[in-house]
Amino acid sequence: MKISIYRYDPDKDARPSMQDYEVALEPSDVMLLDALVKLKAQDDSLSFRRSCREGVCGSDAMNINGKNGLACITKLAELPDRVVLRPLPGLPVIRDLIVDMTQFFKQYHSVSPFLINEEQAPDRERLQSPEERNELNGLYECILCACCSTACPSFWWNPDKFVGPAGLLQAYRFIADSRDQATSARLDNLEDPYRLFRCHTIMNCVDVCPKGLNPTAAIGKIRDMLVRRAV
Amino acid sequence: MNLSVRKFDAVVVGAGGSGMRAALELARAKLKVAVLSKVFPTRSHTVAAQGGIAASLGNSSEDNWHWHMYDTVKGSDYLGDQDAIEYMCRRAVEVVVELEHMGMPFDRLDNGKIYQRPFGGHTQDYGSPKMAMRACAAADRTGHAMLHTLYQQNVKANTQFFVEWMALDLIRDPSGRVIGVVALEMETGEVHVLQSKAVLLATGGSGRIFYSSTNAFINTGDGLGMAIRAGIPLQDMEFFQFHPTGVYGAGVLITEGVRGEGGYLLNKNGERFMERYAPNAKDLASRDVVSRAMTLEIQEGRGCGPNGDHVLLKLDHLGADVIDKRLPGIREIAIKFANADPIKDPIPVVPTVHYQMGGVPANYMGQVVVPGANGPEEIVPGLYAVGECSCVSVHGANRLGTNSLLDLVVFGKAAGEQIVRDVRALPESHPDLPKDAADRPLARLAHLDSASSGERVVDVSTDLRRAMQLHCGVFRFPQMLKDGVTKMQEIAARAERVFIQDKSKVFNTARIEALELDNMVQSALATVVSAEARTESRGAQARDDFKDRDDANWLKHTLYFPDGRLEYKPVHMKPLTVDAFEPKVRTY
Ligand SMILES: Cc1cc2nc3c(=O)[nH]c(=O)nc-3n(C[C@H](O)[C@H](O)[C@H](O)COP(=O)(O)OP(=O)(O)OC[C@H]3O[C@@H](n4cnc5c(N)ncnc54)[C@H](O)[C@@H]3O)c2cc1C
Ligand code: SF4
Ligand code: SF4
Ligand code: FES
Repeated sequence: MKISIYRYDPDKDARPSMQDYEVALEPSDVMLLDALVKLKAQDDSLSFRRSCREGVCGSDAMNINGKNGLACITKLAELPDRVVLRPLPGLPVIRDLIVDMTQFFKQYHSVSPFLINEEQAPDRERLQSPEERNELNGLYECILCACCSTACPSFWWNPDKFVGPAGLLQAYRFIADSRDQATSARLDNLEDPYRLFRCHTIMNCVDVCPKGLNPTAAIGKIRDMLVRRAV
Repeated sequence: MNLSVRKFDAVVVGAGGSGMRAALELARAKLKVAVLSKVFPTRSHTVAAQGGIAASLGNSSEDNWHWHMYDTVKGSDYLGDQDAIEYMCRRAVEVVVELEHMGMPFDRLDNGKIYQRPFGGHTQDYGSPKMAMRACAAADRTGHAMLHTLYQQNVKANTQFFVEWMALDLIRDPSGRVIGVVALEMETGEVHVLQSKAVLLATGGSGRIFYSSTNAFINTGDGLGMAIRAGIPLQDMEFFQFHPTGVYGAGVLITEGVRGEGGYLLNKNGERFMERYAPNAKDLASRDVVSRAMTLEIQEGRGCGPNGDHVLLKLDHLGADVIDKRLPGIREIAIKFANADPIKDPIPVVPTVHYQMGGVPANYMGQVVVPGANGPEEIVPGLYAVGECSCVSVHGANRLGTNSLLDLVVFGKAAGEQIVRDVRALPESHPDLPKDAADRPLARLAHLDSASSGERVVDVSTDLRRAMQLHCGVFRFPQMLKDGVTKMQEIAARAERVFIQDKSKVFNTARIEALELDNMVQSALATVVSAEARTESRGAQARDDFKDRDDANWLKHTLYFPDGRLEYKPVHMKPLTVDAFEPKVRTY
């Protein structure tokens, strides 16, 4: 298999370049991450993040043949013979496939991503019906991999002002939680020409999410709440 | 060399469940705290935990902490310290309810309470055939739900994180007090000194020292290596848990919750063989018991597949509804990694290395304890350990499923409380740093910077992982263990001579992997040396030449010292308030 990889080491390279690698696969190499690990054994300077190797930690998001995804759950058998790997688009590159995610996390942090309930907590668990709990499905599972936000044109143009799909999905995760009491403050926080309304429903985010989540739907629900509140 | 020095009240090394629970306690007490992590906090391996967290809430079946305590003592094969076990089981309800209050998205019962499922070794009424529903679950993503919730609360509490900073070594003053850590900022390649009144190790396990493992790449036992290099022994490292159901070939975990929901194991004849090995608990016997049964089935020719080298986990009879509702992540994993959709097909599985019961010796307040002039458990001032890197010891020779997530939050919180007390009792100013505080790690880095030939890191680490797999498996043989010790000593010597080609300062992952190898070597040596010396079978240690548990000679904890020497210390058989559980023959 031929893999062409974006290389850039600010310590020695004036500018980035693409490097072609050839990798001999064995039957035990199933996922793209297996191939990358093999390449790193040949060339230890090849740099990428990875940890869980099962799609739950969100470390190894990258742009694979033009589409963002996680290397560890991208099957080699489903890739063409020639693969092109680039860092996630729209974020500064630290080195090779490693990007600086500061802006992404800043936006996540900007939505108060924690439960707010100022009432005295009961001795035991707060009660929540299975139906109320179901409202959190498709929201809480986010692994903060940034595939979605870095596929979103609105985030590329305004990473400092537009929260982006990942952050908005989490904003809605708390709005949707029957135990959370800060809905109106959360809506206030998003009522702004940029923070939410820069989303033009292009759906790139939905298309790439490796966990099958749907930020666009969550954004739509917040938008509806904002509109309803205004009338 | 001029290093940057920063000062803190407390430094937490590790942002998994245990480190973040402790950090929360410290941040809320307004201590000046730094949390270091090799990866962004929510990428820590706690995120991969699936099945649940134990607490005797009694929401789905009658339950109480006494039964939980009994199961944990028995599960540990009586090597667990009964004071610490009592402490953990008594505080379980409190810490799990707290997680709920923090926003953790547990599944719910119709009455709105937290959903609980059965798990291996958790019973009602002191080991009766009736299973207790004790595992509090968020689908099969309990670790993810817990880790993200703890991170969110730390964001709220304004905890200061140092993300992608790798701790290299502890700093001790001449009296032995731990006064800080030396760390590498991965993005810049710079080395920093963090001075601190308290250092908490929460670096997770070393499961990567085996070839086939459910563990993440980053689980390289860094806290263990740091402890050993600071002269601190490691406890009970021979006890490594093999989880019965790792995906054949891939190693990825399939939670025991699958069997908790009603799945079971089959051999090539389609026989539910666990009925023969554990007539009462069957597929929900303790993990050591199930892993040995599977290995025997395979060895005796009843394994599945063309090579007869695995067994099958059947769950299609649970129905698509239960699978999609309670085990959606498992379905995803099975389809991706085993090419099997469990709604129709069984999943091929093998026992796979999963959890390190041993670690840095600590008491139930998280204080690190070592032998000294006044007994086997003298406190090391300034040093604390929690989570999988520690040995408290609540898991003894075999951990029960769902007791690890519990141990993270119980002892994370307890260590946090203890550190707050200790730091407040210390003087405002920090003691002087010794002149040689960072010499060892700087010399190691200088070697990696300058060496242009030697051993390749991948070669040494692959050999290490293969050797551990071969010499320290589910069943352990005397000659294999002896050879394993020799081999690991050779590998340790080779690890000294590694070189890397990548000399960049910026995010040099080759350098990180070389430094991790040093820690894997320490963990592996401790494991194989301790296993070779323990001439009995107990919990996860199953010796071919000593098939029985030997309480007369071996009801004691192993301590492995930096020079390779072993010492032993007594198990705490006395609980805090209740009567002791005396060792009995262990059947399920
Ligand atoms: C697949 C899987 C499923 C599991 N399921 C369950 C379950 O259902 N129930 C249960 O009770 N247990 C389960 N376990 C066990 C449990 O998840 C782990 O034991 C537990 O999460 C370990 O948590 P921890 O806080 O000790 O460490 P980890 O979560 O592993 O975190 C370690 C932290 O230390 C940091 N670190 C490590 N070295 C350094 C260094 N040198 N410098 C700086 N930072 C460092 C890492 O970056 C990370 O932040 C499971 C384990 C696995 C592998
Ligand atoms: S739907 Fe909105 S958030 Fe998603 S990619 Fe498009 S613009 Fe971005
Ligand atoms: S929504 Fe999906 S793509 Fe976006 S960060 Fe979360 S898991 Fe990744
Ligand atoms: S390595 Fe964790 S998501 Fe791929």
